[in-house]
Amino acid sequence: MKKIVVRFCGDSGDGMQLTGNMFAQLGAELGHEISTLPDFPAEIRAPQGTIGGVSGFQVQLGSGVYTPGDKADVIVAMNAAALKVSAQSKHFHEHAIIIVDTDSMTDKDLEKALYKTDNPFTELGIPETVQIVPVALTTLTKEALKDSEMDNKSVLKCRNMFALGLIYWLFDEPMEKAIHLLEDKFKKKPALIAPNTKVMVDGYNYGQNLALNITQIHLDSQSNEAHGRYTSIAGNKATAWGLIAAAEKAGKHLFLGSYPITPATDILHELAARKDMNVMAIQAEDEIAGVCTAIGAAFAGDLACTTTSGPGLSLKSEAIGLAVMAELPLVVVDVQRGGPSTGLPTKTEQTDLLQALYGRNGECPAVVLAASSSANCFDFAYEACKIALENMTPVILMTDTYLANGTALWRIPKLAELPAIKPQSVPEELKGKFNPALRDERGVRYWAYPGMEGYEHRNIGLERDAQRGTISTNPENHEVMVKARLHKIEQIADRIPELKVQCNAASDTLLVGWGSTEGHLHAAADELNCALAQFNYICPLPKNTREVLSQYKRIIVCELNTGQFAAYLRAQFPDIKMEQYNEITGQPFAVERIVNYVKG
Amino acid sequence: MEASQFKSDQYVRFCPGCGDHAICMALQKAMAQIGIPTHEVAVISGIGCSSRMPHYLNTYGFNTIHGRGGAVATGVKTSHPELTVWQMSGDGDCFAIGGNHFIHEIRRNVDLNVCVFNNRIYGLTKGQYSPTSPKGFVSKSSPFGTVERPFIPAQLVLGARGTFFARTLDVDMPTTVDCLVAAQQHKGCSIVECLVNCVIFNNGTHAWIADREQRAEHSIILKHGEKMIFGKDKDKGLAVEIDPVTFVPKMIVVPADDPRVLVHDAHQADTTLHRMLALMGQNRIENVNAEVEDNLPIALGVIRNVEAETYDVAVNAQIAEVREKAKAKTFDELTGTLESWEM
Repeated sequence: MKKIVVRFCGDSGDGMQLTGNMFAQLGAELGHEISTLPDFPAEIRAPQGTIGGVSGFQVQLGSGVYTPGDKADVIVAMNAAALKVSAQSKHFHEHAIIIVDTDSMTDKDLEKALYKTDNPFTELGIPETVQIVPVALTTLTKEALKDSEMDNKSVLKCRNMFALGLIYWLFDEPMEKAIHLLEDKFKKKPALIAPNTKVMVDGYNYGQNLALNITQIHLDSQSNEAHGRYTSIAGNKATAWGLIAAAEKAGKHLFLGSYPITPATDILHELAARKDMNVMAIQAEDEIAGVCTAIGAAFAGDLACTTTSGPGLSLKSEAIGLAVMAELPLVVVDVQRGGPSTGLPTKTEQTDLLQALYGRNGECPAVVLAASSSANCFDFAYEACKIALENMTPVILMTDTYLANGTALWRIPKLAELPAIKPQSVPEELKGKFNPALRDERGVRYWAYPGMEGYEHRNIGLERDAQRGTISTNPENHEVMVKARLHKIEQIADRIPELKVQCNAASDTLLVGWGSTEGHLHAAADELNCALAQFNYICPLPKNTREVLSQYKRIIVCELNTGQFAAYLRAQFPDIKMEQYNEITGQPFAVERIVNYVKG
Repeated sequence: MEASQFKSDQYVRFCPGCGDHAICMALQKAMAQIGIPTHEVAVISGIGCSSRMPHYLNTYGFNTIHGRGGAVATGVKTSHPELTVWQMSGDGDCFAIGGNHFIHEIRRNVDLNVCVFNNRIYGLTKGQYSPTSPKGFVSKSSPFGTVERPFIPAQLVLGARGTFFARTLDVDMPTTVDCLVAAQQHKGCSIVECLVNCVIFNNGTHAWIADREQRAEHSIILKHGEKMIFGKDKDKGLAVEIDPVTFVPKMIVVPADDPRVLVHDAHQADTTLHRMLALMGQNRIENVNAEVEDNLPIALGVIRNVEAETYDVAVNAQIAEVREKAKAKTFDELTGTLESWEM
């Protein structure tokens, strides 16, 4: 087989995220491409065994992997509720293998999961083509640890490792590497290494010895990725590391002002932990203080960032406008989630695009970028810093829950191979004559900051005189300044890469997407044998956008919203006809649905 | 240094007769007296009449957005503790829209010098009541008088664990300069409540002490280590009396030679006396028509000045400490610590 989709699901307390991550990481270490989708409930701990408490982790591995997969080939269901959620959400296809813990399917378990009958498989309408593998996970885990001195509760926490061992057997994966990975994962809790290893190995042996009525699956894929050193990385961590790399490359001190918000908080966590990299990460008193402390740090000469999600972006709007007006470099990361208002905090959506583009008072242009994989969150965080520092502008980087929590293979770059970053500075000859309206030939204002002798000046959120930099209410001057700020953003298009058409560029059908949907749209375009244009640069758009779009007869803009990017493109290219395909379920696209839509 | 070195080339646009003119001059004098070069000083403000101040000071300045000066200043100072950072704010900017940033900069004890221009009115928006307007105050947005309880700024500062609080008056230049210099010398978040007159929309709001005839009788200038004496003839002193029934302590006025007259200790960690001093005369803002209930003077000068670790120093010290022990200090070293494999 070339690729396979595995889903682990169980109670929030069953350790499904850890299990899934370990399986995905081993797959990656064995040379497969990976894409993962953690899918956990918003509740910290819903009542045990209930539908609301089901946590899932899906991974696709193999070659030509662009998404975590629409439907699973193999499912591990740790309890009755997980089985029910999987069946009702159609998480597996009709020839899937489902491994269920029979010990967690008692009458009481069925009752907690609100089953109406005592035959869950029939009740859920699971087709007979699906192969059910009943395993007494709980009993077998207890058996494996009967000689240990662990209490019953701790023993039960090892059930997930039995399931993992069994899955390793199913895929015939090498146990030495698996044990090494387990030791690494548990290195901060060494007492747990021995029991978990024992349970995992017993799970593997259970598959081996009992000759379960299933055949092992051999993945013969090899990754198509370039040669290099790899790790698996989640989008939020990749974002944080992109900021760190950019600061070092630019020779700037990295400052983060942030406030906890799902699903962006992991960036704050990572940067707060990176004091070794000289990162200053401030947990501010609110979202507004997060961005305002960052603006203060930018005013003082730092690479300043703030990280948030949609509701926080709303709160930061006025301050982002200040950074536009004061022409200071600022990176704003928006990890989108389901909205509006508090919405769906743990689910994914692309619904903040128009907010990022237009959600400020006045004519207030800022750069908008979007990452399109968990791994390239690194590249676009880096690029956001580069654009901000070189062009004295706020840059809004859009990611989302799917990218933030999902993991992918990441080729680890060396700092030397990353593009140079040359922060805007100020010519020596302006010493003693400096004012904050002075610009270079690109229209980018010069950057002087406190501590620099002879460049003292007053920056403002009020309109400034285009020559003297002081407060001005002159009507003509205002128009000049509005255009100057707009021009500054537009000229960035000269230095960003052109849009590249992927898949079958010669087709007359073009799928258009932006940001995190790249994997799904790539898989769909491959299946449809059509072309794909995926945008990472939203404002300004790549210079060849019109040229690309005008080559196709049928253009379908696919988004996880009601058509925000389509509306943006139509406003810029009113003569080009575009269809749109939208889903708004809080989940990533399903490739199958896109394909079906395009085929009509 | 000379005060003129801190004067910018901008025409000062406060209304003629506005108390902000005096504070502006006092700031230039205080900055000259402190002697930190102009390029190492950053003055951050929000929005309002007071927030125009950075334009008139020849230092680095940033006139930001309404209420957020405190958060911006926190970012400047924390990222660059070597800079001297001032924040200019008013009773609306600081106690209403920027209230959250105000209490948190105090709680964290960020080493900022914060001037709050309290004229008990919104001036720049042309005359609405503010969080410090007395109850019953009639303004354009309260035509029948306010029904709100006002803030007493000192109470807010002490409640947020403030380490420095001073109060000064626009027409008392020497005390204002002294308070500003002391605020700069204090390591931590220094709040200076500047009582200023709004000649257009709230003229005479501080007349009770601003009036030259009455000032000596109605105010006391506190100085650390000195006896609390006031009055035109320096014949009155302050003492504490404890109510024998309720045990509630209260300030009383006694003859200057009474042995009970207190000596001001601004460095006392305990806030009890600082609170009592700061609250003297503040009861009159509870009601705009209130008769003066007691003969206590309003305290001016540095009321509280205690040391505590500052946020900016602590944040930077922690980074230095972690960095010193760290094995990986660069991006390439950091990625070297990852679980990784060749492909």
